[in-house]
Amino acid sequence: MNTVQPEKALPEAVETPSRFRNPIGKFVVTRNSRCTGCGLCASLCPHGVHIKPEGYAKPLPPRSERCVGTACEKCEYYCVARCPNKALSVSFNSTLETMGDYRWTPEMLIAHWHMAETGNLPEVDLEYSLGSSGGGFDKMRFRTPVPSEYIKISDEVIDTSLDLNRRGDERPQKTLSLPCYGGGMSFGSTALNVIVGRARAAKRLNTMTCTGEGGYPPEFLPYAEHVITQVATGLFGVREETIQNAPVVEFKYAQGAKPGLGGHLLGDKVTPEVAAMRETVVGSSLFSPFPFHSVYSVEDHKKHLDWIKEINPRALLSIKVSTPSDADMVAVGSYYAGAHIIHFDGSYGGTGAAPDIAKKNIAMPIEYAIPRIHRFLKAEGVREKVCLIASGGIRNAVDAAKAIALGADGVVIGTADLVALDCIRCGKCESGRGCARGIASTDAELGRMISEEYAEQRIVNMYTAWRKQWCEILRQYGLRSTRELVGRSDLLVNMDYLDEAERAKYKPAPQNKLVI
Amino acid sequence: MPKKYHIETKVTAPRFPAVGKFSTVERREDCAGSCSKCVKKKCVYNVFKDSYQHVITMDEPEFLYLCQSCFRCVQECTKGIFSRVVNPDYILMGDEYWQPEIINQTWFQAHTGRIPVSGAGYRGVFSGSGFDAMWTDMSEIVRPTRDGIHGREYISTSIELSRKPMRLTFDDKGSLPKSLPEITEIPIPVLFQPPSFGVFSEKEVVAMASAAQRLQTLMLIDAKDYSSAFYCFDGTMVPRVTARDYKEYVDIICLSKMLEIADAPGVEDEFPRLRGFKPGLLIAVGLPLDSKAPSRALELTIAGVDTIHFYADDNGREIGSGSPRPLRDLIREVHKKLIDSKLRSTVNLVFSGGIAMAEHMAKSIICGADGVVIDIPLLVALECRLCGLCKTGGSCPVAIGEIETAWGSQRIVNLIGAWHNQLLEVMGACGIREVRRLRGEVGRALFLEDLERESFAPIFGRRTVPCE
Repeated sequence: MNTVQPEKALPEAVETPSRFRNPIGKFVVTRNSRCTGCGLCASLCPHGVHIKPEGYAKPLPPRSERCVGTACEKCEYYCVARCPNKALSVSFNSTLETMGDYRWTPEMLIAHWHMAETGNLPEVDLEYSLGSSGGGFDKMRFRTPVPSEYIKISDEVIDTSLDLNRRGDERPQKTLSLPCYGGGMSFGSTALNVIVGRARAAKRLNTMTCTGEGGYPPEFLPYAEHVITQVATGLFGVREETIQNAPVVEFKYAQGAKPGLGGHLLGDKVTPEVAAMRETVVGSSLFSPFPFHSVYSVEDHKKHLDWIKEINPRALLSIKVSTPSDADMVAVGSYYAGAHIIHFDGSYGGTGAAPDIAKKNIAMPIEYAIPRIHRFLKAEGVREKVCLIASGGIRNAVDAAKAIALGADGVVIGTADLVALDCIRCGKCESGRGCARGIASTDAELGRMISEEYAEQRIVNMYTAWRKQWCEILRQYGLRSTRELVGRSDLLVNMDYLDEAERAKYKPAPQNKLVI
Repeated sequence: MPKKYHIETKVTAPRFPAVGKFSTVERREDCAGSCSKCVKKKCVYNVFKDSYQHVITMDEPEFLYLCQSCFRCVQECTKGIFSRVVNPDYILMGDEYWQPEIINQTWFQAHTGRIPVSGAGYRGVFSGSGFDAMWTDMSEIVRPTRDGIHGREYISTSIELSRKPMRLTFDDKGSLPKSLPEITEIPIPVLFQPPSFGVFSEKEVVAMASAAQRLQTLMLIDAKDYSSAFYCFDGTMVPRVTARDYKEYVDIICLSKMLEIADAPGVEDEFPRLRGFKPGLLIAVGLPLDSKAPSRALELTIAGVDTIHFYADDNGREIGSGSPRPLRDLIREVHKKLIDSKLRSTVNLVFSGGIAMAEHMAKSIICGADGVVIDIPLLVALECRLCGLCKTGGSCPVAIGEIETAWGSQRIVNLIGAWHNQLLEVMGACGIREVRRLRGEVGRALFLEDLERESFAPIFGRRTVPCE
């Protein structure tokens, strides 16, 4: 039986409340002036909504984000009913109507903030695994489990590890403790403390993060074994030593948010530090061209990989591509060129700024790409020789499990990491001084809103919760490892392919009309 | 080196504040008052300071909805007095097809000339009907466009509107004729026409015509609406006539390089007479995009029409059907009919109705159109809110009939500049450097039905819910 190695055991979650003093929850608890400060609510509430510190005349303002709302009504400790002065009320938080989008619904955001705070899955009735997009992962469900399949084993003995080198070549094996790692976010587009915090979290979780195309800040060096160096078309910050630092080098041919368009860092974000790292001019916009001007064939592509192999004999090679119609051919070509990891970035993901027309329209969503690539690699007889990674619109632990069941070995996550750091997905990453919440900003003030420690622990907490979710899914189907889940598309159903009676057995996805 | 086509955009502010999406609401009674940590002072976007200025000058209340959705005031106020609401006027704009987001983004493009850019990935629904049930392709590693998007000036977006001879012809002596038919091109695959509503004054149409002239494209206009105001745009204007009334407009026709005649039984018999008015005159026929459109298109092509203009309804649907099909499918059907008849290359097809965004232009061409004709986006560029008041006799909330034509013209140029850039983005990703090669190139597109069948059917079996 595969077990998690003791030295690779996942770190403990540590409660890490939001940076913001008024967290947003599904419900709003209001205490009016009739409150006499008797403190009954504080003594009753098991969820920590009401707190009355010793010596205080009245309880602190309610921590609404912890309220489980209507689920509490039948409980004997329901504060609204028990308050002797009828001073309490609970209502839905109408602000949710102004938050989130079809892919990341307000409840999904709130649930991830909760996970990042506590390391646990939410107790509040939040739909955090299905969005309102009306397609793709939101149409898929894991089939109703058969009770006899359930295996009663603890999370500790469930294996969620991921081998990155399946070629069996002379290069070292690298095994991550989670079936996921962090997507590239560059120094320049994202606050330094955020990307270093991700690297620190990657080290504690025994997974990886990626530099993106912004160079390799020295702050990454203590976590070098957990940092992928990305070589992208602009070659910003790519030096011999940054390639030699890395256990994995990722060639980024394209990215899901803007397939075929290259990258663009606005001049405002090119601060003296960013310019120094990228060896460019302060305040001048930086373009990463599309494509690599040295690659027009699989043979050219192999030349690229050989170049890296020569510079770093221990590095594993990853190819990051988007999802064109010939994605399956790209996968096979990449394998024969020598890649260990083939990473497909679907069109609906991405964290950085991109033209809206590209995000919506160019290349196929990852849900379609995974099964066709998986099947094609199998038919070619090389599926067992590559690590197939999916990304781009994988929002939560259940999406990740669905991607694996469709045929991926693991997934790459970007947006969820940022949501763990209180991203609210306003989409204004590129405007003015950058992200108003201090995540995607290099502004002197905004770029320092988050500490490395905060970023590290919030991300660790979120993945701790995700792992619990994966373990629960695996147990339900009698599986002991995420490796056993790979390609188990028989465990999935799609609501659009079920007859009406069968469809009724599954939870419908939320169908909210949103203003985005 | 030949001069490259370039659209000169210039920031052109709206006359009225745009209808915003969200506002913050304060419970002032709970405010601590003179708080040193007041979030209003810290707003990254200066919304509260700007609002104060608007209050001083007693502006219309649209300024209340300038919130940029960072939620910092909601989450940082020491007393938690802020919440947020959706602007009810925002939701009421447009309809199910012309959604508020489309209107909002059109305003942005008309204002700035820039393409809409945002972070945090795609935020919308997975797919939908019509153009929302297809994606465009891209190339990587193998056969990417050599210059990519950064060689955009080398990507051609020109289309032809004149009939194309299929082969060289020789005279009795075996020589080529002295003059070959002139080829008429426009540098962008989009033509203009006035919308069926919201035109309160000639100024709006003049603004559209002026923009069309600057963009070197064409503007369709009913011949009865042609006035002296359009004489300075004569090479740009395309008068629309009928077989019954065209003789009344011979002088206008003679000023024009192209006319559009409404389809009617036997309309093709008029082609020689029309060409007799002005040698080289291009003839377009306008017809409704209904179930008969493909076969009628074939007849007109055989009869020698230069361009066929198909009219879908304002929401991009088939005309005259109880269950109308979307423009996407209709374009493919017409295109394929002419392909099967081996006549597609002789004629040009343009489509109007429901072309709301740049992606619709690109996708129409992939489906088989040579170009598109737009109307409502021109009106939205002039700040129309698609509130529909004018259709019921109400007054226009943005007094669209009172615009300055130069202002309107620049707003439309900006919009098309942004659309042109977006077309280049799509083509660059596709690896196609010539929009004429994008026409009907469905191999450079991914259709929902195909993806479902190829990727999902082997896993999930037969679909029980039809693809939209």
